[in-house]
Amino acid sequence: MAYNTDTHAVAVAHGHATFMGVDSRKMAFWAFIGSECLLFGSLISTYLIYKGKSLVGPFPHDVLNIPFTSFSTFDLLMSSLAMVLALAAVQRGDLKQAKIWLFTTAFLGLVFLGGQVYEFTSFVHEGLGLTTNLFGSTFFVLTGTHGAHVTVGVIWLLTLWVQALRGKLGPEQAVTVEITGLYWHFVDVVWIVIFTLVYLIQ
Amino acid sequence: MAPSGRRLRLLLTTVLASAVAGCGGPFPQTTLAPRSDLGAVVDTLFTGIFWWAVVVFAIVEGLLLFVIFRYRAREGAGPPSRLHGHTVLEIGWTLAPALILVFIAVPTMRTIFATAAPAPAGALRVEVIGHQWWWEFRYPELGVVTANELHLVRGRAVQLEMTSADVIHSFWAPGLGGKRDLTPGRTTRIVFTPDSVSEYAGQCAEFCGASHANMRLRVFVQTDSTFAAWAAHQLTPAATPVRGSLAERGQDLFAHGACIACHTITGVPQARGTVGPNLTHVGGRTTLAGATLPNTEEWLRRWITNAPYLKPGSLMPAMPLPDDQVAALIAYLQSLK
Amino acid sequence: MKSWLTTTDHKRIGLLYFWTALVFFLIGGLEALVIRAQLAKPEGIGVSAEVYNQLFTMHGTTMVFLALMPLSAAFFNYIIPLQIGARDVAFPRLNAFSYWVFLLGGLFLNASFVAGPLFGAGHLSVAPDAGWFGYANLTSRQFSPGPNVDFWLLGLQILGIASLAAGFNFIVTILNMRAPGMRLMRLPAFSWMTLITQFLVITAFPVITVALVLLMFDRFFGTHFFVPAGGGDPILWQHLFWLFGHPEVYILILPAMGIVSEVLPTFSRKPLFGYTVVVYSGVLIGFMGWGVWSHHMFSVGLGPIADSVFSATTMLIAVPTGVKIFNWIGTMWGGQLRFTTAMLFAVGFIGMFIIGGLSGVTHASPPADLQQTDTYYVVAHIHYVLFGGTMLGLFSGMYYWWPKMTGRKLSETLGKWHFWLTFVGMNLAFFPMHFSGLLGMPRRIYTYGPELGVTRLNQVSTAGAFLIGVAVLVFLVNLWWSRRRGEIAGNDPWGGATLEWAISSPPPVYNFTVIPRVENRLPLWQTEHHAPMAPLPATPPAPIHVPGGSWWPMVTAVGLPLMAIAALSHQLWLVFVGLAVVIAGIYLWAYEPFEV
Repeated sequence: MAYNTDTHAVAVAHGHATFMGVDSRKMAFWAFIGSECLLFGSLISTYLIYKGKSLVGPFPHDVLNIPFTSFSTFDLLMSSLAMVLALAAVQRGDLKQAKIWLFTTAFLGLVFLGGQVYEFTSFVHEGLGLTTNLFGSTFFVLTGTHGAHVTVGVIWLLTLWVQALRGKLGPEQAVTVEITGLYWHFVDVVWIVIFTLVYLIQ
Repeated sequence: MAPSGRRLRLLLTTVLASAVAGCGGPFPQTTLAPRSDLGAVVDTLFTGIFWWAVVVFAIVEGLLLFVIFRYRAREGAGPPSRLHGHTVLEIGWTLAPALILVFIAVPTMRTIFATAAPAPAGALRVEVIGHQWWWEFRYPELGVVTANELHLVRGRAVQLEMTSADVIHSFWAPGLGGKRDLTPGRTTRIVFTPDSVSEYAGQCAEFCGASHANMRLRVFVQTDSTFAAWAAHQLTPAATPVRGSLAERGQDLFAHGACIACHTITGVPQARGTVGPNLTHVGGRTTLAGATLPNTEEWLRRWITNAPYLKPGSLMPAMPLPDDQVAALIAYLQSLK
Repeated sequence: MKSWLTTTDHKRIGLLYFWTALVFFLIGGLEALVIRAQLAKPEGIGVSAEVYNQLFTMHGTTMVFLALMPLSAAFFNYIIPLQIGARDVAFPRLNAFSYWVFLLGGLFLNASFVAGPLFGAGHLSVAPDAGWFGYANLTSRQFSPGPNVDFWLLGLQILGIASLAAGFNFIVTILNMRAPGMRLMRLPAFSWMTLITQFLVITAFPVITVALVLLMFDRFFGTHFFVPAGGGDPILWQHLFWLFGHPEVYILILPAMGIVSEVLPTFSRKPLFGYTVVVYSGVLIGFMGWGVWSHHMFSVGLGPIADSVFSATTMLIAVPTGVKIFNWIGTMWGGQLRFTTAMLFAVGFIGMFIIGGLSGVTHASPPADLQQTDTYYVVAHIHYVLFGGTMLGLFSGMYYWWPKMTGRKLSETLGKWHFWLTFVGMNLAFFPMHFSGLLGMPRRIYTYGPELGVTRLNQVSTAGAFLIGVAVLVFLVNLWWSRRRGEIAGNDPWGGATLEWAISSPPPVYNFTVIPRVENRLPLWQTEHHAPMAPLPATPPAPIHVPGGSWWPMVTAVGLPLMAIAALSHQLWLVFVGLAVVIAGIYLWAYEPFEV
């Protein structure tokens, strides 16, 4: 089976037309988000199933700091706004604005992560570790998984930002930025759900 | 399905099994000869479903065979039919199985709720605790504690209240009805009334580690008076060996050896371990080692000297004791009738 | 060599999947033969309890994750782009990544057989040994202290990534890469079943991933998700596992149903009967597959309400499944059946799947199931479904598409030997298990007493299993034989209706000289409504761009087992090495010039 796989032997003739008229990467990403819903759904279900089943404290009302986390939530919401502005800037080819808003989005993400680091450390100081009780285990694994997603998002955004700094983020890259935005908004929405179910409804 | 149907099916399966197996039993763990109310309703239900399955099997496989032979390609046959679909037909073969399923679902639901009913007043309560790899049976109302061999009363409902000391196990004595898991941190129940005096074999049905295959059990269904006598005897402290006998030396070895770390013998103050089975009346049991070995001198010797060989993963370590000490221990344990 | 390591051609990746999965299938089969040899007599002492538990755990895990799923994946890769008229999958490099992750995950799992000395133990001592279902809390560090369960939970996480990546890829490929005119209702049945399968993959695998991650936290970091002493509930594992596990059953069977829905029409010279119903019943099975998981848990004692609900949903799912069987029979009705080996396997699939389906109905009833669950009766059931169903379907696909994949047919004579030996062997092996189960033989036992009365039944099962082994040897001989001596296939050796038969065998790297325009469901057939599609030009009218290879999918994949090895050996630094490899791979991949 000797195929000619030499790229350069045959010239480009294969376009990007797709059957559904949607960019394939975008479609794949929607499928990915669907899959992620099940991932977070399972983690959130585990949290809810084990709610109130901890044998020893600290319990949620002992440690959860709602005003502080409300700030973090607001911060993440604002980052979504910045993401929208970044995408709009890339789409109209405004590289300068794109740089600003991409960095703002990443920065707000970093602020959120900083808040999470602070929150985790203060919980540990208050005696709630990963293995202390079921609340600790479910809480840290759930919010930690979310935090890992935010971290990936921040790295992704900073990568795009560097690309923008090097002048390589024109409107032809809009789909890439749009996908980044999809991911970022999804992570944001997941946080709203976590904030509601874990923090607000105790 | 009528009892005649059940008999017919029993006959059919036995004949088939015998044809394949070349022997006709006895099958101590068969699910097809129930001897309790629970076993009987489950069997009736299964019999009904079984016959529906046989009918569907005959029709569908028959159709398949018919088509295979009828429509085999032949020389000079006309062009194949171009039938793409047939709405009425398709609706028909959607509804037909659905209808059959109703005939299965209704008795199923009835049986589910009937068998989930609470135990009647006066039922015998037994706590079943699963261990890797043996069964602990406790009769809270009688104060009796024993292992691997469950004693029940003919005609008296029993409620097994089951949990596990380590991993998930599943209690299964097929002749008395279906199985139920023993889950650590939960209590599960199973209620049934045995209807024949007999001895039943069973074993753990949920994979529970190295010696899952060696976690077996016996159930003795007895008359009221036999059971009462057994229970009364179980409540007595262990027999005291005759002074100067080999058994007395055995008791001494037991009370001052490694045995007491895991085993209880009522009447021997040192022996209060709870990791292993209660041995107060071990000599009266018919089996050893999770009901896998006959309770004889020879098997006791092998068990004491090298338990992990007979039961892989066993918590009871191999004890390479001198022969005379082993003989003394055997004499003592056998005296604990 | 390099061209295979860097390939992004879906056809080559399909062949890689095929050969790799075939090797794992042979390994899983050998495990089964040792199991059957052990059970051939009561109190068998061929292998120890510990080894036996590793064998049945690895047999199940291997057959599900390393043989059946990837053998189906071989056909997804090779056939789907051809059936839908595409030049490749939507993401060729992601496709290569899936393969390498699958290969490395499979090697990682099987390395456990020989890794004992690295952990200060003997050979055959550290392979996974808690069952393919890995029920908590037997899998906790307390009751499974060795690295056995670690191999399992890390290996399955790696394999999950491969399946997920392939899932996204094939959903997009099938939806987005179709040739012009190929509306969803013109999609070949195999492509349809694949599409449903992939939706199940991307929704079911996250659930088991979460379960495995929680178990990993329990074992490595001391949490108590499934440990009762810390308030955890081992039953949660069962819910999460079967929430994945039941859709997984359909992930295993739907592709085979798709294959049979291609083979039967071709060899009956009749279109698939009730195409729409077959498609919709597949979709319905996909949805309903999510609502039946607790029927694996009737013995847990979930209460009468839960038992009734799951019993009802389980019985309901039998309806769309039964409809499919009638439609297949309807396809053959009035046709001109040609009993090639592919057709024999397809018909065998129907006959055996009926048995598996009917025994399934008997344990959809919870009270009846309480006598059947965890006995050999269920072992019989799953083997009628997964061997009699999936495996016969896959064999059918192999005989059907082998000419397309290699240009040569397999031998029909050897093929018929293969079929009949398999058919007789599987019924000898698995049918007696119904009886041994009902007569009281539990599953997963390395030994049983002679007094159980099931010795002869077990001997028959063992003989049947070895007969299947002989059949597989015949198949291997057939594969080898066909390499040089197989009849040259030509474009369309069977008279198929779908697009893959419109091009040469094996197809050129660009697949289609011209992307065809699809006007109907049976483009290559003459029907009362339309004439066959005009043949495609033999050579491309214009040069066709073909994407080159890439190293980065494989490099990225290598990072994953590195992290798993780090966890096994408790070397923190190695985690970072693995992570660095993955990140570097992703960046190099993302910024590599690669035109699709």
